[in-house]
Amino acid sequence: MLKILAIISIIALSAFAAGDASFEATKRELNIPAIIMFFVFIVFTLGLTVWAARRTKSASDFYTAGGGITGFQNGLAIAGDYMSAAAFLGVSGLIYLKGYDGVIYAVSFLVGWPIILFFMAEKLRNLGKFTFADIAAYRLGQKEIRTLAAFGTLSVVVLYLIAQMVGAGKLIQVLFGMEYEFAVILVGIMMIIYVTFGGMLATTWVQIIKACLLLTGVSFMAIMVLYSFDFSFESLAVKAVENHSAGESILAPGGFISDPISAISLGMALMLGTAGLPHVLMRFFTVGNAKEARKSVVYATGFVGYFWVIITIVGFGAIAFLNSADGAQYFVDGKLFGGNNMASIHLSHMLGGNAFLGFISAVAFATILAVVSGLTLAGASAISHDLYSNVINPKATDEQIVKISRYTVVVVGIVGVTLGIAFEEQNIAYMVGLAFGIAASANFPILFLSIYWRGLTTRGAFIGGLIGLLTAITLVIVGPIVWVSILGNEEALFPYKHPALFSVTIAFVSIWLFSKTDSSERGRNEKEMYRAQNVRANTGIGSAGAVDH
Amino acid sequence: MKDELVERIENNPKYQELVSKRNSFGIKLGIFVLVMFYAFILTIAFNKEVLATKIGEGLTTVAFPIALAILVISFITTLIYVKRANGEFEDLTNDIKEDVKDLL
Repeated sequence: MLKILAIISIIALSAFAAGDASFEATKRELNIPAIIMFFVFIVFTLGLTVWAARRTKSASDFYTAGGGITGFQNGLAIAGDYMSAAAFLGVSGLIYLKGYDGVIYAVSFLVGWPIILFFMAEKLRNLGKFTFADIAAYRLGQKEIRTLAAFGTLSVVVLYLIAQMVGAGKLIQVLFGMEYEFAVILVGIMMIIYVTFGGMLATTWVQIIKACLLLTGVSFMAIMVLYSFDFSFESLAVKAVENHSAGESILAPGGFISDPISAISLGMALMLGTAGLPHVLMRFFTVGNAKEARKSVVYATGFVGYFWVIITIVGFGAIAFLNSADGAQYFVDGKLFGGNNMASIHLSHMLGGNAFLGFISAVAFATILAVVSGLTLAGASAISHDLYSNVINPKATDEQIVKISRYTVVVVGIVGVTLGIAFEEQNIAYMVGLAFGIAASANFPILFLSIYWRGLTTRGAFIGGLIGLLTAITLVIVGPIVWVSILGNEEALFPYKHPALFSVTIAFVSIWLFSKTDSSERGRNEKEMYRAQNVRANTGIGSAGAVDH
Repeated sequence: MKDELVERIENNPKYQELVSKRNSFGIKLGIFVLVMFYAFILTIAFNKEVLATKIGEGLTTVAFPIALAILVISFITTLIYVKRANGEFEDLTNDIKEDVKDLL
């Protein structure tokens, strides 16, 4: 562990040195309080990882923190997973850029929660062990379903990871003037260390600490903004309208979601996607029982709801403050330094000087690290638990499984870093929208139907789920963002930015169709097994996860 | 799970009560939240001018209190559900477990 710490400090220092040229070019001074905050946080969380590493022995420890997390702690951790860099930096940046349109994201992100709670959380807790594939594979063919679920999980994890990596890279770039590429690599290394050594226990605690810091920091920002306007939202709105080039239109839905199809599609992706996010679903297995699982959703919804309210104030505060005469220092060639995702970071400097900028930056960095760690863990569990221990080598020992997980973490980390560099210019809130779209199309339909539909068979789930996943990925690739902005083609083959409306519908219909037409012996058995599954989903009797703890 | 156990639980009136009460409660709350959310999304999709209506004399539009209301209502519905699930439904579940104890 100490060796690794030493290596990181060397890499970090050399990266700072390498960054010299670029911060001279942008005339940024090295921000000492920010860097101190940063290192305090990193040293503290690495200490936490060492502590967690000593307690992480079995596969169950690695994936579920031994199941000893309380409802309140888990609520904070779920909220932490949710209040990602995309939420904090991306949505506040989106509000800064587009006004009320950013608020639509915030509202849609939250509404997924009650839906998960009413229809999924408890049943997931009762049926599952480590991953959401446990539920789908409960009575269906292990091989097919787990393989598919692993790909669904990995697609979501990778897309979501890109969004976080871009946020982290930009943040460090703004703060230290470090090269973007170095920044992304640094995040990748940190994340690999947290997850490989500390597993779910370290990841959860980093997440809890960060959630508290983030809520405190952003609350302070919102209070400072409102204080400047005598706690009148109206005065803030008036100032924001005055300072924004789009004027009054920022106070209502605008052209951002221009056509009805896109609006419905985005709403669907954000809401159903929540119920298909692998790293969030995993959190239902870290608590002792269904009662605690339910409680954790209430806490999470409360924290996240509160967070969106203050982020809205921070976003409008950013319009009012940054677009003023005093805010001119944050612009380079008429553009916000570091991009629109950095709006709230610059606002923190305006509101509380270097020390507060340091605090908020450290929190934002912590946010990214914590979320990428959770994501990587979800990716690792898809490979090691779903693919390796259930498909490739059913006789695998705990030790082997954990070893495979750790290798996967390294690979996922490298993939995240590479793509993070490739997608440098994308708005991170939008990238997350896409990840939600895939989660909603590939993971949610199988999960939902396996819990609620007796008639689901392996054939239906596998073929239908694959069609859903491929449709979502294809429509994203031939859609306006990838096809035009990234690949440089003239016109998109698929006109809508958000495919969920189409891909979710196609997934549901094809799963239904291929199950319905399945007249095999195996299919009949699977329908038979629904009864036992349903009893367990409803009562938790025979629940594997709970027994372990 | 053993067939006998499944059979016994399914025939337990408390299990039937639990499942039907919880399902209808969950579905009612779920539909309420979905209607609320899609009313909002469809308003944005088809008639977003409504949300641009100003409150009183100021510039602030009704879009803000509506967003706030959706956030608050989402939280309250989760609270209502968990209050009942962790009380009444949890008790029923424990009764069922007690009833089939000899088979576990």
